[in-house]
Amino acid sequence: MMDDDTIVCRCEEVTVGQIRQAIREGAADVTGVKRRTRAGMGLCQGRTCEKIVMRILAQELGKPLSEFAPATVRPPVQPITFGLLAEGTDG
Amino acid sequence: MRKVDLAIVGAGPAGLAAAIEGAKRGCSTLVLDMNPLPGGQLVKQIHKFFGSQEHRAGTRGIEIAAQLLHQAETEEVEVMLGAEVYAIHDRTLEVAWAFTGDSSASSSGGGATPPSRHLAIAARRIILATGGAENALNFPGWTLPGVMGAGAAQTMSNVWRVLPGERILMVGAGNVGLIVSYQLLQAGAEVVAVIEAAPRIGGYGVHAAKIRRAGVPILTSHTVVRAEGRTQVEKAVIARVDSSWQPVPGSERELDVDTICIAVGLRPNARLASLAGCCLHYSPRLGGWVPIHNSRMETTIPGIYVAGDLSGVEEASTALEEGRLAGICAASSLGKSNPGDDERIAAIEERLISLRSGPFCQPRQDAKQELIEIGEVQCCKE
Repeated sequence: MMDDDTIVCRCEEVTVGQIRQAIREGAADVTGVKRRTRAGMGLCQGRTCEKIVMRILAQELGKPLSEFAPATVRPPVQPITFGLLAEGTDG
Repeated sequence: MRKVDLAIVGAGPAGLAAAIEGAKRGCSTLVLDMNPLPGGQLVKQIHKFFGSQEHRAGTRGIEIAAQLLHQAETEEVEVMLGAEVYAIHDRTLEVAWAFTGDSSASSSGGGATPPSRHLAIAARRIILATGGAENALNFPGWTLPGVMGAGAAQTMSNVWRVLPGERILMVGAGNVGLIVSYQLLQAGAEVVAVIEAAPRIGGYGVHAAKIRRAGVPILTSHTVVRAEGRTQVEKAVIARVDSSWQPVPGSERELDVDTICIAVGLRPNARLASLAGCCLHYSPRLGGWVPIHNSRMETTIPGIYVAGDLSGVEEASTALEEGRLAGICAASSLGKSNPGDDERIAAIEERLISLRSGPFCQPRQDAKQELIEIGEVQCCKE
């Protein structure tokens, strides 16, 4: 049983307890947890914590892991600078 | 906008093997990799591979990478390093290109990030070979400096020649945990213990025997409870676990370590595939969510192929074969084939079956078969 104080998303410093709270408030998938807590919205975009979030969801909701798909992926999938984006679409 | 027949994301064994086959069939072929060195995980594999001659048994991974790269150069494949593919839409890749391809520039760069250029690449066919990503394990203290993925420790030690720590706790006794433990010993670190939550060692006996002979204890049915330290890891607390994976009260033990390496498996790095719209399937044996593909390695998005750890976490040998298969099939879909390709495909499929046979690998063979069966239904037919 994971301790409530343990960090899950290190980029945004979201704890196990905050994720459990979000699930109690109705978060039913990775995206729901993300919207309520910012878990997975930092620099690494959930690369580290997404699977841990899935495991907490499965435990708290009593469902198999296969029910929890990754959050919607949006560009940029790697951290890039605004300067690069401003270069335009044709390199 | 740059135009190519075949764009490949990832210059590991799968990506390079795919590129060689594509180029051999007359495709203009470009390989993009975000790292400053090509070869993917092979550049860290200082140990000799075993298996059959066909899969370069007795050769070190880093030498296999050099051979593949040489072959790619001979076939006039262009390999672009420091190239991060940050978006994909239709068959266009958006790339942030940070290096000149001159490896001396990147190795002398220290911590400074060179400015990136934007590139757009339109490809008639895309092969994603983005590999796997290490799973994290969270426990109190896991954000302290000194806790890292075993793969990260291996990169530090074997590629950049930096010892990640002096006293190591390895969490996970699969092949990665065992091999990296041995390599850290060779590099001069002390491996205090290897712990494994399961009641059995997951990796090959040959790797486990090597570190046992070096005097490293392997504690099965053990987990890490917490890491302690002020500004970095100074101590790890481990405990025995019961049959439901819960720590047994009173079994806690303190270990004097400065580094905790996490080797609890990999998962397919499916972000780009997901962004491209490829449907994923959940397969625990293959590492989690994996892009659905058919027997030709094509995903549910026509013209986009996958190979290697992205299509299910396995080994370098299977990644090479899947890469070859994807390269031949992608080229063939552009009307570019060589005489004897049907026989070549059949031979690759046969080798894949033999690589995935035996008690250790059969579950992966079954999982892969299931994935391909789903793919045969869901992916487009020629």
